[in-house]
Amino acid sequence: MNWLFAPGLFTSAPVHTALALGTVSATVCAVVGVFTILRGASFAGHALTDVAATGGAGSVLVGVSPLTGFLSGALVGAGAIGTTRGRGGHQQEVATGIVLSVATGLSALFLYLNATTSAATGVTQRVLFGSLFSASSSEILPTLLVGALALLLTGVIARPLVLSSLSVELARARGVRVALIGGAFLLTMAVAVGLSALTSGSLLSTALLIGPAAAAVRCTSRLSHALLLALTFGIGCTWLGIVLSYDSYNWMPKNQSLPVSFFIVVAIVVVYGVCTVGSTRGRRV
Amino acid sequence: MINAWQVGTLAALVAGVVGFVVVLRGDVFAAHAIPNGAFAGAAGASLLGLSPLLGLGVFSLVAALLLSALRRYGQRDTSTALVLVLTLAIGAALISQSPQIASSTYALLFGEILGASSSSVLPLLVLALVCIAAVLVRWRAFVLSAVTPDLALARGIRQGRLDAGFLIVVALATTLTVPVVGALLVFSLMVGPPAAARLLVTSPGRALVTATTLSLTVLWSALVAAYWTNWPVGFFVAVGSATIYLLARLITARR
Repeated sequence: MNWLFAPGLFTSAPVHTALALGTVSATVCAVVGVFTILRGASFAGHALTDVAATGGAGSVLVGVSPLTGFLSGALVGAGAIGTTRGRGGHQQEVATGIVLSVATGLSALFLYLNATTSAATGVTQRVLFGSLFSASSSEILPTLLVGALALLLTGVIARPLVLSSLSVELARARGVRVALIGGAFLLTMAVAVGLSALTSGSLLSTALLIGPAAAAVRCTSRLSHALLLALTFGIGCTWLGIVLSYDSYNWMPKNQSLPVSFFIVVAIVVVYGVCTVGSTRGRRV
Repeated sequence: MINAWQVGTLAALVAGVVGFVVVLRGDVFAAHAIPNGAFAGAAGASLLGLSPLLGLGVFSLVAALLLSALRRYGQRDTSTALVLVLTLAIGAALISQSPQIASSTYALLFGEILGASSSSVLPLLVLALVCIAAVLVRWRAFVLSAVTPDLALARGIRQGRLDAGFLIVVALATTLTVPVVGALLVFSLMVGPPAAARLLVTSPGRALVTATTLSLTVLWSALVAAYWTNWPVGFFVAVGSATIYLLARLITARR
């Protein structure tokens, strides 16, 4: 089994931390992701990750923990996107784009200031692309708590959320407060994105949010099955990514291991590809 | 600095014209995803010792083609998000392999005046002309299919091919603008000024001219500001674009 599980994989403390953090964020992302796909809110989800990056870059500058930075960034982003909601169509997309561009501009500034004021190198890479193996084990407990809260909130709003995603008119007629539910969902999306930014870096956290859920929705049209499948895909890809990244230290000529986020994303894209091909074949027959 | 000025002006002209089509089609996400493919290309080219411009061009074209293929099978947003993360992940893997690239990551993502001055003007000029010509040739089709899709269909405009052509033009425009404002901020130049122009002016032709003027204004002032403060160009471009958009909203809200 050495070819898959390199020596020392199961005894390494960073790997344990990585597995714990990765599992929590993959779980939250898979569940929230299914609703993101249902609502067609991939762009808003991605915009949130970039605002989370701004928070992450800011956290290094101010000196608070990355989790706090990513989460507060994503929450501010959710607020900004939420205030531009409800216009619909192209206007909405443009407004989200403007929020996204201001956030990216600010990250550029924060990262620049980080580089000029401190001697710490690699901050740009860590914030943008993630480095799960260097995460500290003290972040496991807060991550678990925040993740559990996000899942709880999703559970509470699940029914009205599905209804208002499928038909706004029907939801209104049933007495659902559509704007409130939409706002609460943005909040859970912000938390999911903040958590996965910790795992795979803010630029790639979109992958954990969108990928497993998109693949799952291709395979089944039942919500409960889609949730289960998304969870399996998300957690599976994350574990595979961690193992492969650990192994890659031995593969590369200069012993420069490839990043975890790279493997997670490739695994997710492969799963999506297989599900897409499978589902289009199935429909044609 | 003169070189940066020339490249920057070309980039702003192209971003204004192509960005107008981006806003017209409401495809902001694609304009954000394709430049990220360009980022991976530039990283790969410097790993192999090739010209970064070549890497930028090839990878953004590949990203555009992949995107238009995926969109035939799935939701527009979902396919875009997946292409975005895939190309970014390849970029991340490439920069992890070489400390030299890692140190230039920042310039690639957020733009630097030096990045602009190191690329030659002539190939960029050709690219810019091709981009603008492509948009002008298909102008009627773009406007028609954005404003009244049914009429465009009746006129025999093929949506799939138009979409692919649009993504390729975005890829070319990306190659031009990434060295100046950086991969992550190309789209802010493509979205802010054209969106403001569309709010202010109703006629498509005049809005196109307004969009180009506004994006030139944003880029020129960003270059000056970056030159004086030494802060990244991308930051000023993003703030400038957002300011212009907000001003346009305020003006139209008052009417």
